[in-house]
Amino acid sequence: MSDAGVIHDIGYQRYEGPRLGRSAVFGAIYQHGLRAAFGLGRSAKAKIFPWLVVGIVLLVAVINAAVKAQANIILFDYFSFDDTMSWLVIFFVAIVAPELVSRDMRSGVLPLYFSRPLRAFDYIGAKFAALATAVFLLLGVPQLIMFLGGAFTTKKGASGVWNELLDLLPGWGYSVLWALLFASISLLVASITGKRAFAAGGIVAVFLMTAPIVGVLSILPSSTSQHLAGLASPMSLLTGVQAWLRGRNDLGIDVGDFGVIYGIELFCLVFACLLLLLARYRKVASL
Amino acid sequence: MTIIATQSLTKTYGGGVTALSELTVDVEAGVIGLVGANGAGKSTFIKIMLGLTAPTSGEVRVFGIDPVTETDKVRARVGYMPENDCLPPDVSASEFVTHLGRLSGLPKTAARERASEALRHVGLYEERYRQIGGYSTGMKQRVKLAQALVHDPDLLLLDEPTNGLDPAGRDAMLNLVHRIGNEFGISVVVCSHLLGEVERICDSLIAIEGGRLLRADRISAMTAASDVLAVEVSEGTDELADILVQRELTVTREGRMLLVPLTNETAYDEILRAVAELDLPLHRLDQRRHRVAELFTTKETADV
Repeated sequence: MSDAGVIHDIGYQRYEGPRLGRSAVFGAIYQHGLRAAFGLGRSAKAKIFPWLVVGIVLLVAVINAAVKAQANIILFDYFSFDDTMSWLVIFFVAIVAPELVSRDMRSGVLPLYFSRPLRAFDYIGAKFAALATAVFLLLGVPQLIMFLGGAFTTKKGASGVWNELLDLLPGWGYSVLWALLFASISLLVASITGKRAFAAGGIVAVFLMTAPIVGVLSILPSSTSQHLAGLASPMSLLTGVQAWLRGRNDLGIDVGDFGVIYGIELFCLVFACLLLLLARYRKVASL
Repeated sequence: MTIIATQSLTKTYGGGVTALSELTVDVEAGVIGLVGANGAGKSTFIKIMLGLTAPTSGEVRVFGIDPVTETDKVRARVGYMPENDCLPPDVSASEFVTHLGRLSGLPKTAARERASEALRHVGLYEERYRQIGGYSTGMKQRVKLAQALVHDPDLLLLDEPTNGLDPAGRDAMLNLVHRIGNEFGISVVVCSHLLGEVERICDSLIAIEGGRLLRADRISAMTAASDVLAVEVSEGTDELADILVQRELTVTREGRMLLVPLTNETAYDEILRAVAELDLPLHRLDQRRHRVAELFTTKETADV
């Protein structure tokens, strides 16, 4: 374009350096996706929403830690923090999942991806890992803040810190379950359309429309239907899994003896979403 | 060196549509034009070479490697520029090409270096830090070419690289392709439905129609024997034709002109002598190189 370039033209140089394999390519998509999830390397507009959500959850965590330290009132424990933040998580994935997959579909960039040495599996795996990591960070970092607040203000010394840590780790585990389930469902919905607004609406709809079903099932007079009601919605499913694993029935959902079904459904749901995604992108990849 | 070899390559899509039929061709390194009308099977051929779709029957080898079984090996050595719009609007060309370089397996710093080098080679300098959404069609085509070059392939597959460009943009793009083929040492397959534009820059041509091979040869071979003399006289064209035939020259009429194949040195003199003997007013006597298009005119008139 500019003539000045000709002066500096040193000719074409062949590349002799290393060429990395599929795992490095996977890492590159993962890293790119994780950055995109928080709008890094994107315009300021793309940063607004993710960081708004991040700001709110951090604020809640800080308030929670402060109230606990000052007044010794526990607003949320590590588990109920996730449950309470569910709306924010829904909005977070509704914005980020379309950013990760619908955008590529919309701009037609996929043929460029799939004409390179990567497969549908790499693409979907890396995108899923990126979104799951983003959701985990969204929940796990505030939990860490709550832990630090608790650990620094404990009056029982090292054993207090240790007890706090033993509370945090299962809390993180619970956040991992949230991350896996929300990432898989929202990516699947987002992969259907290239229009970001539709994808976001679809994701919110899938998560929110299922909640009334739980409500209806849980007031049916059959105790079995009450125990199984939580299966109908992703949020109550996770609460049900928690109730099963912790042996509690005071979490809003009484799973009765059906706890294991919640666990199986969680696993199958994540697995099925990923398989469907893979099938979808196999087709896309072969154009 | 043969870079692409196919053996009765056939591709039939689900609905019974035959995109490629018994295509057998050996392609030498260089700049290769792949010409044919829309729907002739050019894009299908490219997709098969990239391992994006498997042939129904027949064999294909790119650099001696089978793209069906060893897809990654082929793709690592091939750069692909698709026909359609394929650029995200909200990132800079520099970031985008770097990212695609990493997807081709380049380490991070190498990807960044090669991305700016590739963009420089296609003629994007300071613009590369701007978001692609604000680029002109010509600049977007350059970005598409740069992303195909970023991992230093041995073969470029360009699907309609001049699509949507104005005449100046077309020339610039064709010159760039010519440079890549001749100065960079990278073989290039240029798909086009415009024969006139690829023949300028190509060493060899593959013409396909309806999935069948029409002709594959080096351009020089196609045009070598086809130099003709065009003779135009303002009157007495028939008499001149008769006398030339008597002197054992092959004469064909094209409108008001006579076309005489330039088979030997004397044809030129023979014609001049004939015109002088008949005392005809000579309008034109010039040597014409056959354009490659004329080799296909009988079959491809609609598209050339």
